[in-house]
Amino acid sequence: MKLVVDLAVCQGYAQCAFLAPDAFRIYGEEALLYDPQPDDQLRDRVLQAAAACPVQAIAVELERP
Amino acid sequence: MSSSEPERIVIVGASLAGLRGAETLRRMGFTGSLTIVGDEPHEPYDRPPLSKAALTSWVPPEHTGLPRLADLGDVDWRLGVAAAALDRRAREVVLADGTRLPYDRVLIATGVRNRPWPHAGQAALTGVRGIRTREDSRVIRDLLDAGPRRVLVVGAGFTGSEVASICRQRDLPVTVVERAENPLVGPLGGVVGEVAAGLQRAAGVDLRGNVTVEALEGSGGRFRAASLSDGTTVEAGLAVIALGALRNTEWLADSGLACGPLGVSCDPGGRAYAVNGMAVDDVFAAGDVARFPHALYEYEFLALEHWQNAVVGAQVAAHNMICDDPDRRAHISVPAFWSVQFGTNIKSVGVPTLADQILVTQGSAKEGRFAAAYTEGDRVVAAVTFNHGRYLEYYRHLIETASPAPAPVGEAEGNVPEDPRFPDPGTPYELPTVVVSGRSPTSMEARRVPAGKDQR
Repeated sequence: MKLVVDLAVCQGYAQCAFLAPDAFRIYGEEALLYDPQPDDQLRDRVLQAAAACPVQAIAVELERP
Repeated sequence: MSSSEPERIVIVGASLAGLRGAETLRRMGFTGSLTIVGDEPHEPYDRPPLSKAALTSWVPPEHTGLPRLADLGDVDWRLGVAAAALDRRAREVVLADGTRLPYDRVLIATGVRNRPWPHAGQAALTGVRGIRTREDSRVIRDLLDAGPRRVLVVGAGFTGSEVASICRQRDLPVTVVERAENPLVGPLGGVVGEVAAGLQRAAGVDLRGNVTVEALEGSGGRFRAASLSDGTTVEAGLAVIALGALRNTEWLADSGLACGPLGVSCDPGGRAYAVNGMAVDDVFAAGDVARFPHALYEYEFLALEHWQNAVVGAQVAAHNMICDDPDRRAHISVPAFWSVQFGTNIKSVGVPTLADQILVTQGSAKEGRFAAAYTEGDRVVAAVTFNHGRYLEYYRHLIETASPAPAPVGEAEGNVPEDPRFPDPGTPYELPTVVVSGRSPTSMEARRVPAGKDQR
């Protein structure tokens, strides 16, 4: 699966890093690093993380038919 | 959606702006033929991670494909072949292999490329590399994996500083050579540059300011050492060249468009200008290659190498390509960018290079945790935060409302404004990621204000 985070919007709330730590990591005090193509097994967690982001900075690719 | 819908749209450039433009066209109901041309053999991928996470063992450079946020339907992808010309009379994009692609509307999103190391022979040495593409990132990561005795980074702009940070994270010795006194001086000025230098030195970077690389030396075709302008030599196994970017406009030289080294001039809605200063109806530009007058900055033409500018600019241009005239929109969002280096989240809004004063309003610059407002006259034109990102939205609002700088609070109480110390615009430092370039679509004057301030 593919995702992208708008880091100009990201405020470092770190909800994603708690919900899907294999895909999102906090670096230093407030910077976010992420895997733009995490394993498909992480899909549910990544979707949860995207939904939980307080500033909705995470965009996940639509399922391709 | 317009009542007189174009039938054929060609997007030249298959990176972030090209993709987001295509998504907007389809989302708005464009059902005609859509062709996307890209000189790289890949579908659109994201570049910011290439100098950050992709240089660690965690995220492979191949893991950077951009998600599609809309159904693109049928797309004729022309990947691995560059555009060579734009024939406006025939309304055709000409590709390097001679193919001619007819269009009713064309979006120019050809972006930038790395400024090359000036000596071709030295640049060809194994172990000398810039970083722009997936392949660059892969090569540099492999060279880092091989454990070079030292890494040399040439140029301490954002990309160079990020690479140096990764080196220290990986416990590799790294020397950074910068023509200015300190890192990030071009985009953020000397006051903030001092803070950035402190971060680098605290992380163990061998930072050499006010120094240039005179020659890259090799043996057996491999990079071995660099001789510097101060007479010293740095032995290293890898040289990362990070000297800023050049806009990909050469293919448009005969197009009659107002374009050049500073980008493709276009109106705030993305419509390209011809050399006679008139907007063209069927040619649009977006992303790093576009240069447009910004309403918040008295319609100065700005060229912005920012991720969000590529997204918003492409969405605005694509919208305007297929809507009725009264529905056209302008690209008026406040410029914004971010960088991650040495455990610090650096974010900025606005155009710092326009400022004549800087005021640290929150936190402590000495400790590398602060927010600062850049002002021109009595209004805030930009702000920067180091590990204070959550406050940036407030400064964005100040910029949008042309407000004065707030009084410093907390640790910053008592601070007074000072000269932000931007370098002389005539000095070839690595370019700022915002280029302020005058008020005419065809003048192409590169300049930064204020001029004549306290500059080296």
